[in-house]
Amino acid sequence: MHDSGRLGPLLVAPALLMVLALFVYPLGYSLVTAFEAKGGGFTFGNFAKAFEFYSVDIGFTLVIIGLSTLLIALAAIAIGGYLTLGENPRAVALLRWLYRWPLFIPFVVAAQCMRSFLAKNGLMNNTFVALGILELDQTTGFLDWRGIVITFVWKQTPFVALLVAGAMASLDRSTIEAARNLGASRLRILFEILVPQVMPTLVVGLILSFVTMMSVLSVPLMISGESPTMMTVDMAFRINNYGDYGTANALGFISYLLTAACAWVYLKRAVRQ
Amino acid sequence: MTWLGRGIVLGLLAFIVLGPLANLALWAAAEQWYFPHKLPVSYGTKFWEQVFKPRGDAVTSLMTSIWIALSTVAACLVLAIPAGYALARLKLPWRTAILLAFLLPQAFPSVAVYINIARIFYDIKLNGTMIGVILVHTVHGLVFAVWITAAAFAAVDRDLELAARNLGGSPLRTFFTVSLPLAAPGIMASAIFVFLESLDEFTGTFFVGVPDVITLPLLMFTASIAGNYQIAAITALVLLVPSVVFMLVIERFLKADVLSKVGA
Repeated sequence: MHDSGRLGPLLVAPALLMVLALFVYPLGYSLVTAFEAKGGGFTFGNFAKAFEFYSVDIGFTLVIIGLSTLLIALAAIAIGGYLTLGENPRAVALLRWLYRWPLFIPFVVAAQCMRSFLAKNGLMNNTFVALGILELDQTTGFLDWRGIVITFVWKQTPFVALLVAGAMASLDRSTIEAARNLGASRLRILFEILVPQVMPTLVVGLILSFVTMMSVLSVPLMISGESPTMMTVDMAFRINNYGDYGTANALGFISYLLTAACAWVYLKRAVRQ
Repeated sequence: MTWLGRGIVLGLLAFIVLGPLANLALWAAAEQWYFPHKLPVSYGTKFWEQVFKPRGDAVTSLMTSIWIALSTVAACLVLAIPAGYALARLKLPWRTAILLAFLLPQAFPSVAVYINIARIFYDIKLNGTMIGVILVHTVHGLVFAVWITAAAFAAVDRDLELAARNLGGSPLRTFFTVSLPLAAPGIMASAIFVFLESLDEFTGTFFVGVPDVITLPLLMFTASIAGNYQIAAITALVLLVPSVVFMLVIERFLKADVLSKVGA
């Protein structure tokens, strides 16, 4: 096609403007508001207030998301590893069918599933009681920070496992076969041959999961809205109950920083390689 | 591992993966369920009738959700088809940076951004309107639309376009009779992703749509917080249907040759 070089930018412009107007501008607005006093002027007051009221929740957010990310990584490696190295075709097929279920389930629906499943008299405890593992008066609900972690791991593991299993499947089989012939155990092959090679894919999946979990409001609201809870809930609370944009945006700024730190670790790794 | 060990591990996994879904299905079918009963006391369709009664809240919300999702798809495609074609075929400075720009809305924790969009929309009277919600969903969905559309155009055989041009077709005619039809399955796949994202979106609608635009996820949330577990479960099942259907058909639209060019 005859290309003057002007057509391309012209065709991209509308979509790009949309991102500028409805994402970059509000993001900038959020950054500025975080440092703005109520009457105008620069201040760190919003951050002081954010830390005074919500330092526990900031810590909780980090623990919840950190722990979820770790568990997702382990589960994804285990699933990907078994799909690649499993020797029982029927078990492999069953696992492949089973692990993907939560992949496309919306977070609100996942939260509702868990809200009933993990409750004190939910299906989980009922099953334990029916199997005789627990007595009826020993059951406890998991609708607190543990419930949030369980929901995140349940919802995000299929996504990361899908990426990891795909990456593992495309690796060269001959190294694996060679290691097998030399008598290496499958666990050793998994952690010394497979995992190092799929590390970039795993890390990308985990970072995308990390950002997603930092953004989800419905899960903490529905599983455990009570304090201590996650920063997303606090932001919504500051806005809906007090119209307090300063503190909400300060919390937002902190969540950007946490995500940026996470991305930084990744970029440093990528550059070193 | 012995067959017993394998069976126990897979059984446990099935319990973890499917248990929460089973609990949801039970609540959707239950008419009465209270402590200490391990299973519903009585089953029935009373709540289904309540949810699906004409002009009921759920039917209205479902219509709102579908209308918003279809509009979001239309807006995304109008923006993404020219952009995707340019990214795939035309001279473009800072091509990688532009591709990454569309990823931005998914790469930042979004709650604080939505709060500020709501504040800006409030000033220009877009808060609580369908258009406001559609705009927010469109920005969120653009990354799928642009990236997949660009990949779909990139996967079109260049020789076919050149042949059409050599036979005397104008650039515009070549685009509409050759490039666009050949890229159509990929574009369809991107439309499906955008539709699902919009249908399931919660956070943006929570801040921008209130109090007038109540989509299905928001209705489900309200029912759940109010303790109406049957209503919440039934609406949740309605939300699950398109997700499961699309998961089953997506491979038909998103072929490997397109998939390998996404984000490239």
